[in-house]
Amino acid sequence: MPTPSSDAPTTTQRQISDEITAFGNARRGTDLAQPALDYTPYRSSILRHPTQDPHPADPEGAELWAPCFGHQDVDPLEADLTIQHSGEPIGERMVVTGRVTDGDGRPVPHQLVEIWQANASGRYIHQRDQHPAPIDPNFTGVGRCLTDAEGTYRFTTIRPGPYPWRNHRNAWRPAHIHFSLFGTDFTQRRITQMYFPGDPLFAYDPIYQSITDPADGALLVAHYDHDVTTPGWSTGYRWDIVLTGTHRTRFEPDEEGEA
Amino acid sequence: MTHRATPGQTVGPFFGYALPYPGDNHLVPPGSPGAVRLHGAVRDGEGNPVPDALIEIWQPGPDGAVVRSAGSLRRDGFTFTGWGRASTDAAGHYSLSTLRPGGEVPFFAVTVFARGLLDRLFTRAYLPGADLGAFPADRRDTLRAREESTGYRFDIRLQGEGETVFLRFPGHRAD
Ligand SMILES: [Fe+2]
Repeated sequence: MPTPSSDAPTTTQRQISDEITAFGNARRGTDLAQPALDYTPYRSSILRHPTQDPHPADPEGAELWAPCFGHQDVDPLEADLTIQHSGEPIGERMVVTGRVTDGDGRPVPHQLVEIWQANASGRYIHQRDQHPAPIDPNFTGVGRCLTDAEGTYRFTTIRPGPYPWRNHRNAWRPAHIHFSLFGTDFTQRRITQMYFPGDPLFAYDPIYQSITDPADGALLVAHYDHDVTTPGWSTGYRWDIVLTGTHRTRFEPDEEGEA
Repeated sequence: MTHRATPGQTVGPFFGYALPYPGDNHLVPPGSPGAVRLHGAVRDGEGNPVPDALIEIWQPGPDGAVVRSAGSLRRDGFTFTGWGRASTDAAGHYSLSTLRPGGEVPFFAVTVFARGLLDRLFTRAYLPGADLGAFPADRRDTLRAREESTGYRFDIRLQGEGETVFLRFPGHRAD
């Protein structure tokens, strides 16, 4: 078993958990931005969050539109993270699917979705990941797809494992998949993380808890959906994503059925 | 009725093998006719470089028209898509090759992601000379790209002295 390096953080989970509770209490009942950018239990945020309030601005020009991605950008096979190597990756094969809609409930059609994740043992391919868990030679953990006309995305992948990190001593991230999303206008750009139901690590994780309103945090948790499973092949999870409202009042004709 | 938006989360430390792709920061080939460089450094509250940030830009073409062309992920060398992505290096520096944006008050729309940054930030890199009267007088210079012989420099300060003005659009919840 590896010994922790000498510069291992000394803050305990107990201290972090107390900070999580205090921060949550201070913001309870408010309608502030989620997540809180100045969430000090996540230590890396301390020097990286703006201290000034964001300046209110109306979207102008290109900001009222989002970049276009099309079939020349994404191969349909990129949506299956289990077929990128010569063999099958280790772990629970699963489908993750859902709809991307805007704040008015309209689908975000033909738009890019990017994901990345750890393998089944909680290890990223990234060279900076020092977690002494096995790399899976058959799993990279990167996928892309375009939503269909109804805003539906769909990936086949492996359920990622939780992993340790260095925020504090014995810090563990709940299992998650990173999602990158575009809307129909620039202001809807979003990068977030999808979690799995009932993860016992939620309470301990300052990144998940930076969303101080539990009702908002629940929006990041997928649910198991037996209708999404494939008999004899994979389990299935459904996770719907709501972007902020769009600022154009109606779809322009060239958006329908393009891409 | 407006639905509650799915919250953001940090891009984390490990996006570097997933989001960057060949040609992501070359909206046009460097050195091609009309190409300009947009570059700068991302710094934290102590002025230290942020080596694990991701910058995205979105802009109109030189004629000011919104670009509706796909192809950003597999650039063909001829199609201007108006969108690009650049990772910061060990010195916190990012660099893009693009075209000058057009329009009445031209700017590059900029999105910032980083480890340690729990949600994305929006800002604008205005071309020199823009009237920025709508922004606070003592901070509006942070929204100006500086002209250079090869293009523009736009530094981003996440926190502290010279903190960049970041934007909140209607429908985004307030801090
Ligand atoms: Fe992660």
